[in-house]
Amino acid sequence: MQLFRSFVKKEFYHIFRDVRTLLILFGLPIALILIFGYVVTSEIKNAKIAILDHSKDKITTEITNKILSSGYFILSENLKSAKQIEEVFRQGEVREVIIFEPEFSKNLSKTGQANVQIITDASDANTANLILNYTRAIIQDYSMSLNKIPAQSIKIIPQTRMLYNEELKGVYMFVPGTMALILLLVSAMMTSISIAREKEMGTMEVMLVSPLKPLQIILGKVTPYFVLSFINAVTILLLGVFVFGMPVKGSLILLLGESMLFILLSLSLGILISTVSPNQQVAMFISMMALMLPTILLSGFIFPIENMPPLLQWISHIMPARWFITVLKNVMLKGTGLLFVWKESLIMIGMTVIFISMSVRKFKVRLE
Amino acid sequence: MSKEIIISVQNLMKKFGQFVANDDLSFEVYKGEIFGFLGANGAGKTTAIKILCGLSTPTSGKISVAGFDAYTQTNKIKHNIGYMSQKFSLYEDLTITENFRFYGGIYGLNKKQIQDKTKQLLERLKLEDAKDKIISSIPLGWKQKLAFSIAIMHDPKIVFLDEPTGGVDPITRRQFWELIYETAHQGITVFVTTHYMDEAEYCDRVSIMVDGKIIALNSPKNLKNEYQAKSMDEVFLKLTRN
Amino acid sequence: MNELSVIINEVSRHYNKVIALDKISVSIKKGEIFGFIGPDGAGKTSLFRILTTLLFPHTGYITIEGLDVVKDFKKIRNIIGYMPGSFSLYQDLSVEENLNFFASIFNTTPEQNYHLIKDIYQQIEPFKNRPAGKLSGGMKQKLALSCALIHKPEVLFLDEPTTGVDAVSRKEFWEMLKNLQNFGISIIVSTPYMDEASLCDRVALMEDGRIMEIESPQNIQAKYPYLIAAIRSNNMYDIISDLQEIPKATSAFRFGDNIHLSYKKGELHKDEIVNFLENKGHKNISFDMVEADIEDCFMELMNKN
Repeated sequence: MQLFRSFVKKEFYHIFRDVRTLLILFGLPIALILIFGYVVTSEIKNAKIAILDHSKDKITTEITNKILSSGYFILSENLKSAKQIEEVFRQGEVREVIIFEPEFSKNLSKTGQANVQIITDASDANTANLILNYTRAIIQDYSMSLNKIPAQSIKIIPQTRMLYNEELKGVYMFVPGTMALILLLVSAMMTSISIAREKEMGTMEVMLVSPLKPLQIILGKVTPYFVLSFINAVTILLLGVFVFGMPVKGSLILLLGESMLFILLSLSLGILISTVSPNQQVAMFISMMALMLPTILLSGFIFPIENMPPLLQWISHIMPARWFITVLKNVMLKGTGLLFVWKESLIMIGMTVIFISMSVRKFKVRLE
Repeated sequence: MSKEIIISVQNLMKKFGQFVANDDLSFEVYKGEIFGFLGANGAGKTTAIKILCGLSTPTSGKISVAGFDAYTQTNKIKHNIGYMSQKFSLYEDLTITENFRFYGGIYGLNKKQIQDKTKQLLERLKLEDAKDKIISSIPLGWKQKLAFSIAIMHDPKIVFLDEPTGGVDPITRRQFWELIYETAHQGITVFVTTHYMDEAEYCDRVSIMVDGKIIALNSPKNLKNEYQAKSMDEVFLKLTRN
Repeated sequence: MNELSVIINEVSRHYNKVIALDKISVSIKKGEIFGFIGPDGAGKTSLFRILTTLLFPHTGYITIEGLDVVKDFKKIRNIIGYMPGSFSLYQDLSVEENLNFFASIFNTTPEQNYHLIKDIYQQIEPFKNRPAGKLSGGMKQKLALSCALIHKPEVLFLDEPTTGVDAVSRKEFWEMLKNLQNFGISIIVSTPYMDEASLCDRVALMEDGRIMEIESPQNIQAKYPYLIAAIRSNNMYDIISDLQEIPKATSAFRFGDNIHLSYKKGELHKDEIVNFLENKGHKNISFDMVEADIEDCFMELMNKN
């Protein structure tokens, strides 16, 4: 225990004395989250929309005014027919088209229901989603204000459609995606680099020639990064929830548990990388090429997996981050429990076991 | 020996913040001499060499190397000196000829000059037959001699050798010094640092640095007389150990 | 004193096709300072890595304090201290933190064996809060030695502890090793500096993965078969090629401001050589006999092979 403590202490010294390590550990996560967040929230101001009003009555005019006066939207043009919708989207300026059905007010007063259709350009999924939510909220708001006067309930039903990316895979993707990316970066890359550094400096040689067991060396190296990664995970979650309004619908304990599992998985990957890297450069290179790039490109973080060619879809199955992102989305956005993410969790556990056993076997008690 | 001055250092100071690395150094090095630059680790040798090679600017003092000013004419200095350190600087994955070609190119030698020089230097080392061998495959001793040959390929006025003989076998070491001796005889000044005190005996004159200052400068023979020592090793110990 | 600490028997090791060690056999006594002396590439580091259980021997066997380096490597790791060639220290940890850490991986504390490192550590103690990376070569070397000693090893392996360190620090380092000998520790050290051979009890002279000689430094020098003359004249540039023309001389090397000429006793005489040089036009010839040092012996052994 004494040994373990001094090992961990030493590792923390390394971390806290190196500005670069500190920056990657704490600066990068926050910067990444804020950059993604900023990009997403900033674009919603002055989004251009088009309106196709088949009724042109009092209520549709009122709704249109409300939407346009909200400050989020600018009217690009009033459309005359449904044929124009495709065309305005093609031009690329317009982000959203709002279509009021014919006889809108009449339907509303007769049946208490009227339909408004909202079509968004979801090729930029995050923005599309935000625009949609704003529009919905404004219409909802208006519908509520109508309800206050008469006794019976009146409903304006927004029917939404996302064009070009129908399933909207980018919804709130940036928080789960960034989280997966950062945990992978911090855990796998930093651990592999720090073990490789010991090899480079020759200190590994001295440790090998001591009575230390491989497992002790690995645990001593990995524990600090586990702790720091977990702090990172919590920070990212807090930022997501409080700065960007990301919901956490499911169990918080499950969420944190899954995060720990993913951290463990990343750490075991890092150890595996370090066993095959003779120096820091190689460790860095392998982490970058084999982990970072595929994670960004293939885990569904930026490009929806469904839209990939079959070969890449197949490859995405071996991306640890893919499973973690799925779990995060399910737990945070849909509020599902372990019952619905057991498959992903099992896959992650399996990967962890495989990586750890591979690295323990590969971690040599000698130099060959 | 003609006493033409090739390096002139007057009141050289180099400070890093509060720390004085070179404290009022003054010395002269003559053309064609083998000048030994000795001192304990951290005495300030490396700092001084960097200044003389035009890699670092002195804090104050008047320094001229091969007739050029160490503040304003560092580029001209670099053209007129050669440098070789223990870490060689040969490209391990290139052949001997390719290394010559590359370094010759750096110093602006034309194709013909490079070919002639390569031939001449390899003949001197008796390595003509090995010219197409990859550097990583040749023995350490050869590398050392090659690195030296490359450092003097462009006929510099001065060649700086920073611990050139670390770790080589004694026969190679003697051959290496023979090479240095010949080079000096041709009029190239040799400025050398070493941890082997017996090598100090090869030098025409030796300076010994302690804590940023030069505390002795003379021929090995005179130093041994002055400090009543049998070897330079003893002189060095007497001077640095208190 | 005749008990053996380390037995190396017919040990070979190769990397791909390059032979690093070629059937090496050495026995090292308890409490002895034993030096492996040879240039870079002689196989010293490979041998030390096999001795410290970091590499397998490809043939032969080694025992340390009766334990086999392959089978009993775990036990061996408890009783040896190892200082690799590059002073393996954590550059960003302070002197004190390095020492504490290396003590802890051997399940001990610096206090427990402080008597062992006291003399060494006291010299660097004023800098105990300085990061190891900012120490001078000599201080790093002392710290690395303290770290290798902290668990009171029975056998201490020092791989090129003096490389790149100035003459004064080297001298001090050897004095420390002599003091450690009083604690009964067997000290096995490698070095490319021939002049350090005389500081060992016994040495093995290594070249190209082979051992050319195992002896006490005094005996090695006594066995040198030639006489050496230190010769000077007014023309020090041509003298070497002139001397090399003397057929009966075995070698002529420049050494400092002299030429060292070696020849078999009885085959050449001072007058003969001086006359020869005078005929070649040399003047002011000085001629002194000098003793062979380890380097001369090493060269002679290299030529023989």
